[in-house]
Amino acid sequence: MRKALAVGRKELAQVLRDRLTLAILLLVPVLLLLLFGYALNWDVRHVRLAVMDRDRTAESRQLLSSFVNSTYFDVVATPSSMAGIERLMDRGEARAALVIPEGMTRDLAAGRTAAVQVLVDGDNANTASTVFGYAQAIVRGASADRLGASTGAPAAPISVEPRIWYNPELASSLFLVPGLIAFIVMISCVVATALSIVREKERGTWEQVRMAPIATPSYIIGKSVPYFLLSLAAAFLVIAAAMLLFGLPMRGSWPLLAGSVALFVLGGLGTGLLVSTLFDTQATAFLASLLISLLTTLVLSGFIFPIASMPAVIQYVTFIVPARYFIVILRGILLKGIGFAPLALEFAALGVYVTAVMSLASIRLARERG
Amino acid sequence: MRRLLFLIRKELQELRRNPRMFPLIFLAPVLQLFILGYAASTDVRNVPITIVDGDRSQASRELIGRFEGSPYFSVSRVTSDEGDVLRDIETRRAWMALSIPPEYGESVAAGRPVTLQVVADGTDSNSAGLGLTYATTLIADKASELALARRPRGRPAAGAIEARIRVWFNPQLLSRHFMVPGVLALLLMVITSVLGSMAVVREKELGTLEQLNVTPLRRWELIAGKLLPYGLIGTLDVFLVVGVAALWFEVPLRGSFPLLLGLSMVYLLCTLGLGLLVSTLARNQQQAMMTAVFFFMMPMIYLSGFVFPIENMPAAIQPLTYLVPLRYYLVIVRGIFLKGVGLEAFWPDALLMLAWGAAVLALATARSRKTLA
Repeated sequence: MRKALAVGRKELAQVLRDRLTLAILLLVPVLLLLLFGYALNWDVRHVRLAVMDRDRTAESRQLLSSFVNSTYFDVVATPSSMAGIERLMDRGEARAALVIPEGMTRDLAAGRTAAVQVLVDGDNANTASTVFGYAQAIVRGASADRLGASTGAPAAPISVEPRIWYNPELASSLFLVPGLIAFIVMISCVVATALSIVREKERGTWEQVRMAPIATPSYIIGKSVPYFLLSLAAAFLVIAAAMLLFGLPMRGSWPLLAGSVALFVLGGLGTGLLVSTLFDTQATAFLASLLISLLTTLVLSGFIFPIASMPAVIQYVTFIVPARYFIVILRGILLKGIGFAPLALEFAALGVYVTAVMSLASIRLARERG
Repeated sequence: MRRLLFLIRKELQELRRNPRMFPLIFLAPVLQLFILGYAASTDVRNVPITIVDGDRSQASRELIGRFEGSPYFSVSRVTSDEGDVLRDIETRRAWMALSIPPEYGESVAAGRPVTLQVVADGTDSNSAGLGLTYATTLIADKASELALARRPRGRPAAGAIEARIRVWFNPQLLSRHFMVPGVLALLLMVITSVLGSMAVVREKELGTLEQLNVTPLRRWELIAGKLLPYGLIGTLDVFLVVGVAALWFEVPLRGSFPLLLGLSMVYLLCTLGLGLLVSTLARNQQQAMMTAVFFFMMPMIYLSGFVFPIENMPAAIQPLTYLVPLRYYLVIVRGIFLKGVGLEAFWPDALLMLAWGAAVLALATARSRKTLA
């Protein structure tokens, strides 16, 4: 243990001397949160709409104004032909188009059903589904208003009373910011340690590591202590910034949060250390650590893409992504204010992950030291 | 020119001598695209829902059957205890809950209006929003069937307006078609900017840059000697990942492949150039890694429009997105893949990307003299 502390002190001295690295590891995560926190948003508003009104009656103008008044759509162009609409959609200048056919008012007056055409740019399927829903709702609403005015509408036989818990305005930032925290913490931890051991191999200080009279696990612990403290501080700075700037609530218990952050930081550091023991050059270790952590944490953790919607095989793959558990814990503690019991499984999984990567790193390093 | 060829051969030899590099450069991206391509989907399916059936009648079972049959929901359990709603949502066993009141069956039979309560866990705002829409639509369908069945005969239908919604470019609204090109661009970015950012600084750290200094190698030759072999690797990766995207994921490649290849090479110029710039700026590989990850890769992911549409960003952030070459490349890749459009639609993006790459390379070349001196 004393020896582990000695390694820790040496590593800490090295980090403290390199002021630039220190500043980057401590402050850049907060900076990134600031920048990206505002950018992460998929609330769909002000969709650029092209309108072609071939009916040109009071009725058609009224339908159009219900699109504009919804604030979901901004009319950006009024092309006079389908070719014009096509051009606008191809260039992305319009994301949706509304075509009101000639004779809509005539059909309605005769009691026939009139169809208006809505075209939606589907390239971003997520935005498109939402726009689809808005357009459907606006036209249905306009239609119901008309019917109600003319016939005295019957009450709907079954109605729905929706209730949204925890995030009643469905603000996407409350959902995304905990994921962003996990992503930033994971990447900074991996970046901090991924080169730490391989660097010694490449630079020729490796013999000293081999000959040092210290057991491998103690060496690993010593190596991680300073980064652990640093990353823990950075993680809490990020969480505090998220609360101050993005109104992230804290509904649960602080000690539980601290425990989960500590476990997750260890997992991230361990991942970096493991990579560092597996490769011989810093370039390969860098590439491998990013391939393992960057895109997987982004895509497979449930940060952005719901895990339940993934194919079954891929869902199994997500079990080895530590951020998957941490994000559930963060959202649970911060947004829902739940306690340890409903999160016990996630905590256990994180614990298993930390133990696994740390022991694998020790075993690998022990073999390398010979 | 001969000197340049020597340098290129030296780089390729170094890569060959590093046996762990090959799988990382060629196998990992393909494997990752396989996994991430399946996972990166914002489609909401199989929303776990808990149903509290307070009625236990034929009618309520029929409604539950509709939820069970819908691809959007997977019923996690049917219970009669309202308390299960909170329990299931806390443990994420369910994301939504539907409560059917005890009088449901009778009311439906008697034609009295009845209200169902739907609870959604709003922490996942996107899934909750879509899930609510699906549930409301499903129930509204049932309601209109009932209303239709009950309509008195012979009464004239009033004129209703109906929306015919057509989705262009991606009619089934598969988010995979939108995401796979994005993942492809990210993978190319990660691999090439890592290679680039280590290229010069490694020589610096190992002391071999001194040796290059005393050779008559010019600085543009040094940059070109690093750029060309890595560009070659990147181009091979373009073939691999575009192949997987088009053949395996069947993302329709509607536009021209040569155009895609050409513009991908311009994109590689940007990412490799960025890497090389980092490499000439950093003093050691650790610094290079941190600079590349924090200041180039992460902004590329979040500010490019990869998942979060640029239109949604606050006005203060939007100008920053022009600094991100991935922004232009995504417009191009998605344009060529999904819309089948060519340069006439996105020439400004292509031009800006080219200017961007040229600027970064010029900067890296200029910087490399200082470090060589």
